[in-house]
Amino acid sequence: MKPAVLTGEHYITGDVACAEGAIAAGCKFFGAYPITPATEVAEHMAERLPDVNGTFIQMEDEIAAIASILGAAWTGTKSMTATSGPGFSLMMENLGLGVCTETPCVIINVQRTGPSTGLPTLTGQGDMMQARWGSHGDYEIIALAPASPQDCFYHTILAFNLSEKYRVPVLVMADEIVGHMSEKVIIPDASKIKLIDRPKPRGRKDRFKLYEPGPNGVAPMPAIGDGYNVHVTGLTHDERGYPAMSVEAQEQMMTNLKGKIRNNLDDIIETEEYKMDDADIVIVSYGISVRTGLTAVDEARKLGYKAGLLRLVTVWPFPEQMIKDIAERVRGLITVEINLGQVHYEVERCAGGKAPAYLVGSAGGKIIHPDKVIELIKETF
Amino acid sequence: MTKNPKKYNKQPVHPLDDLIRTDRIPHIWCSGCGIGTVFSSCLKAIKATEIPYNRFTMVSGIGCSARGAGYVNLDSFHTTHGRAIPFASGIKMANPDLKVIVFSGDGDLFAIGGNHFIHAARRNMDITVVCVNNLTYGMTGGQVAATTPNNANTTTTPFGNPDSPFNLPLMAYASGASYVARWTILHTRDLTDSINEAINKKGFSFIEVLSPCPINYGRRNKEKPLDTLKLYQDNTIIKNGADPVTADIDFNRGVILGKFVDTERNTCDDMYASTCHRPCSDD
Repeated sequence: MKPAVLTGEHYITGDVACAEGAIAAGCKFFGAYPITPATEVAEHMAERLPDVNGTFIQMEDEIAAIASILGAAWTGTKSMTATSGPGFSLMMENLGLGVCTETPCVIINVQRTGPSTGLPTLTGQGDMMQARWGSHGDYEIIALAPASPQDCFYHTILAFNLSEKYRVPVLVMADEIVGHMSEKVIIPDASKIKLIDRPKPRGRKDRFKLYEPGPNGVAPMPAIGDGYNVHVTGLTHDERGYPAMSVEAQEQMMTNLKGKIRNNLDDIIETEEYKMDDADIVIVSYGISVRTGLTAVDEARKLGYKAGLLRLVTVWPFPEQMIKDIAERVRGLITVEINLGQVHYEVERCAGGKAPAYLVGSAGGKIIHPDKVIELIKETF
Repeated sequence: MTKNPKKYNKQPVHPLDDLIRTDRIPHIWCSGCGIGTVFSSCLKAIKATEIPYNRFTMVSGIGCSARGAGYVNLDSFHTTHGRAIPFASGIKMANPDLKVIVFSGDGDLFAIGGNHFIHAARRNMDITVVCVNNLTYGMTGGQVAATTPNNANTTTTPFGNPDSPFNLPLMAYASGASYVARWTILHTRDLTDSINEAINKKGFSFIEVLSPCPINYGRRNKEKPLDTLKLYQDNTIIKNGADPVTADIDFNRGVILGKFVDTERNTCDDMYASTCHRPCSDD
C-alpha cells in the first residue's frame, strides 16, 4: 500500500499527475467513463484509490459519472471525475446541479479538438467558453488551466481546495498535450501540502439552514447521516434548501451563488507574470499555450520589442480588473489559445478599447508555434 | 448512531410525522393520485425496519413521484431528470453503511434514466428503488411514457400509442436485480412489507407500484378514478415467484402482482471491497 502523498521526483504524464494531485488532496471517490485523452486519469485512480481506502467506479456514461461524484460528495467525501469534450458536454446538466446545490467536486477536462468527436487524440482549448457557460442558466464557476504535468499535480490540489472552500464544482481545464506528455513532477512532503476542507456546521441542528451563508458567503455543509436532515434540490430554493417558486427566492439564491465567487475574486484568481515590468506588448495565455507565449516573449525581446506574458492560472472567474489595468498602459494585448477566439473576446471586452486586442488562435490539433505570435507582433507593432 | 427522535406534542400527532417535513405540507399531488399512498407505505416501511433514521437517505429524480424526496424528513436529494440512480450509487459506494432509497416515477427511471437502472441492477448496487408507475408523464401533463400501454391516448399520442411498454419486473430480473416485486396502491400492507423486506435485502431491490393518474392519464382513457382502483382489485392476481416473462401489464388478461425475484448475490460494494482488499462494511 502506497501512501497518499508520493513524496519525491517522478517522471509522469499530466494525466497521472492529476490523479496523484487528487489523491494527495484527499480525494476518496472517483466516478468516470473512459474517453481519450483523459482515460489515463481514470486508470491511475483505479489503481491508486484502494491505497487510501477510497472508491473507484467506472460508470455507464459521463452523466452517471458526474451524478455519482455529486452523490459521493454529500457523504462528506472529496470526489472527482475526469473527461474530455464529448463527455464534458454530457456532464453539463449535472454540473449545473452541482453549482445550484453548492456541491464541492472536481472535474478534470483534458481537452481535445471539437466540435463533436473532432480530433480525439489531438490537443485543443475549445471548451473554455463551455467551461464558463456550458450548463443552462446563470452561474459562477471556477476553472484552472495547467500548462505542465507539475501544474496538473498542483492545480488538482488547488481545485479541491477552492471547491471545498467555496462549495462549487471546480474545473481543471487541461489539454491533450499536457495530459499525455511526461515531465519531471516533484511531489513535496505531505506536511508541505496545504489542504482545505469544507466548512462544517456547528450549533443547534433544529435551527440549521442549509444555505445560510457564512462569513465568506459560503454556507457550512453537513454530510449525510450527520443528523441535519437536509433537503437538497436543483429547484430554486430558500436558505433552508426548500423549493421556493418565486422571483424573490430566485434573486436571493442567485445573489448567494454569484456573491460567494464575485466577492472573493482576490482570493480565487491566480495569475503569473513573465517579463511584465516594462512590457508594452502583453501576451495573455493559459494552459499549454503558455509555453508558446513564453518562447514568443523571449523571441520578441531579441527583436527589440518589450513583450511580456500574463499567464491565467485561473481562467474563470476572469481577471477582469487586471486586464483593464494592463490595457491602460500597453500598446496591445495578444491572446494565444488553441481555438478561434474564446478567451480572446473576454480580453477584448475587458480592454474596453483602451488597447487593441489581437488573437493568435488555431483550429486545433497542435500547439501554436511561437513564430505565429512573432509574425503578428512584427506586422502590428 | 443517534436514536430516532420522539415528539411529545400536546396535540395528537400522525404516526409518521417524525418522518415528514410537515412545514412543506400541503404537497403537490392531485386528488385521486396514488403517489401519497406509495410514499406513506415507504415511510411506514422505513419506520418498521427500526434502523436509525440518520442511516437512511432518499434520492429522487424529476417528476411528480420525485417530489417525495422533498417531503421526507431524512437527508434527501431531488436531483436531475433520470439521474437519481447514479447519484444514489455515488452515495452508496462512498458510504456503504447508508441505506439508500430511490423514490421516483416510471418516466424518470425507465425512459431518460433507463440506462442507469440496468447498470445499477447489473452491479447489484445495494440500493432500494421504488418506482411509482402511473403509465404516463404526470407532471408535464400526460405524455406517452415507456410504460404507456399500446393504443392508449396521451397528449403526444392523440391517435393512440403506437409503441409497446416495458415489462419492468422482467427488465429488472434480466439486468440482475436481487429483489423484484410489484404491487398496486390498493395493496398497501403487502407494499409496506415488501419495501421493508427490500430495505433489509442486500443488493439491488426494485419495487414497481401501479398507481393511478386520473387527471392526466385516466381522463384521456375513459378511466374514472374509481375505475382504475377497480381494475387493481378485480384484474390483478398475487402470484409470488411468478416468471417475470409473464409480468406484462394487461388488465384484460390479469396483471400479476407479488414478489418475482428474491436471490442472493454479492453486492457492488462488497465485491469492490473484496477485490480491492478494503475492509468490508459491517452489514
